[in-house]
Parts: sequence; structure tokens; C-alpha cells
Amino acid sequence: MEVSSSSRRILASLLETRTGQQLAVNRNWRIDTALAPIMREHRFENLDHLVTKLVTGSSPALTEQVIEALLNNETFFFRDKLPFDLLMGGPLKRIETARAAEKRIAIWSVGCSTGQEAYSIAMTFAEQEVRWRGWKIEIVGTDISRSAIGRARAGKYSQFEVQRGLPVMQMVRWFGEEGEGGWQISQKLRDMVRFEVRNIVERPPEPKQFDMILCRNVLLYFAPDMRRLAFSRMADALAPHGALMLGAAETVIGQTDRFVSDAENRGLYVPAAAAAAASRRVA
Amino acid sequence: MKTCLVVDDSKVIRKVARHILETLEFSVEEAEDGRAALAHCENAMPDVILLDWNMPVMSGMEFLRALRRAESGGEPKVVFCTTENDLAHIRAAIEAGADEYVMKPFDRETLHSKLQIVGVA
Ligand SMILES: C[S@@+](CC[C@H](N)C(=O)[O-])C[C@H]1O[C@@H](n2cnc3c(N)ncnc32)[C@H](O)[C@@H]1O
Repeated sequence: MEVSSSSRRILASLLETRTGQQLAVNRNWRIDTALAPIMREHRFENLDHLVTKLVTGSSPALTEQVIEALLNNETFFFRDKLPFDLLMGGPLKRIETARAAEKRIAIWSVGCSTGQEAYSIAMTFAEQEVRWRGWKIEIVGTDISRSAIGRARAGKYSQFEVQRGLPVMQMVRWFGEEGEGGWQISQKLRDMVRFEVRNIVERPPEPKQFDMILCRNVLLYFAPDMRRLAFSRMADALAPHGALMLGAAETVIGQTDRFVSDAENRGLYVPAAAAAAASRRVA
Repeated sequence: MKTCLVVDDSKVIRKVARHILETLEFSVEEAEDGRAALAHCENAMPDVILLDWNMPVMSGMEFLRALRRAESGGEPKVVFCTTENDLAHIRAAIEAGADEYVMKPFDRETLHSKLQIVGVA
């Protein structure tokens, strides 16, 4: 299907104003494959008809459906295993020490999509039962996509999703069969995680201050000023001893001055203010 | 280069698996049932075995039990790759000594992630 350049521009600006995501020039193919099911469902003859309907603003539900279809929701369990393990090593120890008195840790998965990242964190804690006995571990997943959050809350995954990245031992331990080819994550893990629909540039969710923030593969297609805003939202929400984890192909360098690389843990970031204070103490 | 033995009675599956494994830089051998696979292993133990469940002559489970009893039969990583997609089968496979489990149908990403999990990719 041809996507006319005016339709493309309108869709791109709709997506960017609502989510911050830019539609890359070479992603024309994505528009028609992504919107094909919606076109069929609502019997639009071509994309221009759909776009015309969006422009009149008469159907907010349709607009939301279109935006969600244009978002890339790809995710899987234990994505980027090495940096993930790194985060759960030294940085988590540092956090454990800092929180020893209140025995409370809060973790924010930003752009959590269908929840695999948040549940991977929950599994990691649940598998260290003795270490975290008596602690309150609060894991919050947020995403702008209502349908993704709905699926995350349900914690039900297809056969394809459940085996991607997840070792079979953990699958057997934490999932039950649910209907034909469906896999339901355990209640114990569901009780550790809360999901909310939220745009990253809005205020952070409760408890407002986090010890770890994971924001992976979300800011890739943000325009630079939106990215800077997103980083400052996260910097405001991260405790001084906290850690930020980005996707394997992402960095803060040249994007924000609120975070700096964690000298001891490659691929992780710490609040710039805290790093500066620490180096003043050393000096 | 790591070696992978693909054990499956379906020629098509072997071909698909071979293709994926070669892009992951494995040297690939094929066997069409458990007995042929055992013969392969007596010759040279592969680093990893991709194993179907239902096969004529000798099933995947019979092969796995025989392999784990054999001298240095504990060495290869064994990844079941089957349409037996329920917990009872999965548990039985783990008990018999399987290291990982891929439910068919699968794609390159899934297979790659499982090979990473067992430490051969
Ligand atoms: C590619 S997924 C990444 C999921 C997961 N973090 C991972 O790395 O596997 C990106 C997610 O970011 C979400 N997203 C995009 N823009 C957002 C925004 N402005 N606020 C919150 N979430 C957003 C999308 O809905 C999508 O679910």
C-alpha cells in the first residue's frame, strides 16, 4: 500500500506529539503493516481515509488505537543479560547498604511494554528469598500504551513470548499453563509488580523516589529535547545512591548532563549530582 | 567453531535448524533418529545437541537417557526442540538431563537465546 506523504506527515506528528516518538524516515513499511489490522477492522479503503478520520478528531478511541499500533512494543525476558546481571550485582549491593535501615527498595521500569522486564526483576528478587526476607520490594512498570499495560497486568504470555530469553528452569518455576499455548505468570510475582499507564515526560509514579530505573529501548526515537526532558524526569526520581540502566545501544553521553557513566559498571549510569558530591568528598 | 548435532526425523526441520545454526557459526551434523545420533556421539561428542522428542527407532528421551549414561555423555548440552509443549513433558525432559527446552515452532531469536543460556553461543 502506498502511504501518501501528507498522511505520513500527519501520522508522524500525531505520534510525536502524543508520545515523543519520531517516525524514522525509513520506516514507511511499518506504517502500513502496523495499521493494516485497524484498516480491516474499521473497513477503511485506504490510509488517507483513516487519516482523514483522525484529523477530524471525532474518534479519540481510534486515535489511541492508531498510536498504539505505531509504537514498537518489542521486549523479552532477561533482555541484555550481561548488563542486567551487572545491575543486579554491585549496584544492587550499594542500594542494599543504603536502604539497610528502612529495608525498602523501589524499582521503576519505564516503557515496560508487556511487562517482561519488570517480571524479570521480580524473579531475580524472588529467587534470593533469604537475602530479601523482611524487605519490601516495590517494582513499578509504566508505559504509554494502554494495551501493553493491560497485557502486563494480566501476566499471560504466548508460547513464543515465554521462551524468548527465559531459561526453562525459571519458566517451569514461575509459570503455569493457561489454555491453549498460553502461559500465566505466578501470583507471587504479580504481587511484587504494579503497572500503570503513564507517559515518561509526566510526573513519576509513586513512591516518586526510586533506587533503580530501567529505561531501555524507549528513548531511541525521541527528539533530542524530549529525550533531555525524559532524562531529567528520571534524574528527579532517582535516589543519590541509585542506578539507571539503558538499552544496550543507548547512552546518556551528549544527551543530558543529569547522569554520568558509572565508572565501576559499564553501561550503567548514576546521577551527576551524586557523582560530583562523591568526588568532592574524595578530594 | 562449536559443533551442533541436530536430531530430528523431519528433513525440513533439520534444514531450517541447520540454516539458523550456521548463521550462528556452528558446524552442524544431522541425525534422523536417536540411534543414528548415538552413533554420531560415539564418534565425537558435539558441544550441543538439538533434540526432537518423537522419532522412529529411538525417541529423544531414550536417546537422552542413553547419552547421559555413556562415557563423557554428560558433556554435550542438550536442548529439546519439540512440539510436546506442556509442563509434564518439560519436567520429564529436565529430569532426564536436558539443559534447555525449545517449544516448536521456534525462530532464530528463540534458538539463539536458548543456546546463549546453555553457554554455547
Ligand atoms: C521497544 S519497547 C521496550 C520495552 C522494554 N523496556 C525492553 O527494553 O525490552 C518500548 C516501549 O516504550 C513505550 N513508550 C514509547 N514512548 C513512550 C513514552 N513517551 N512514555 C512511556 N512509554 C513510552 C512503548 O509503548 C513501548 O512499549
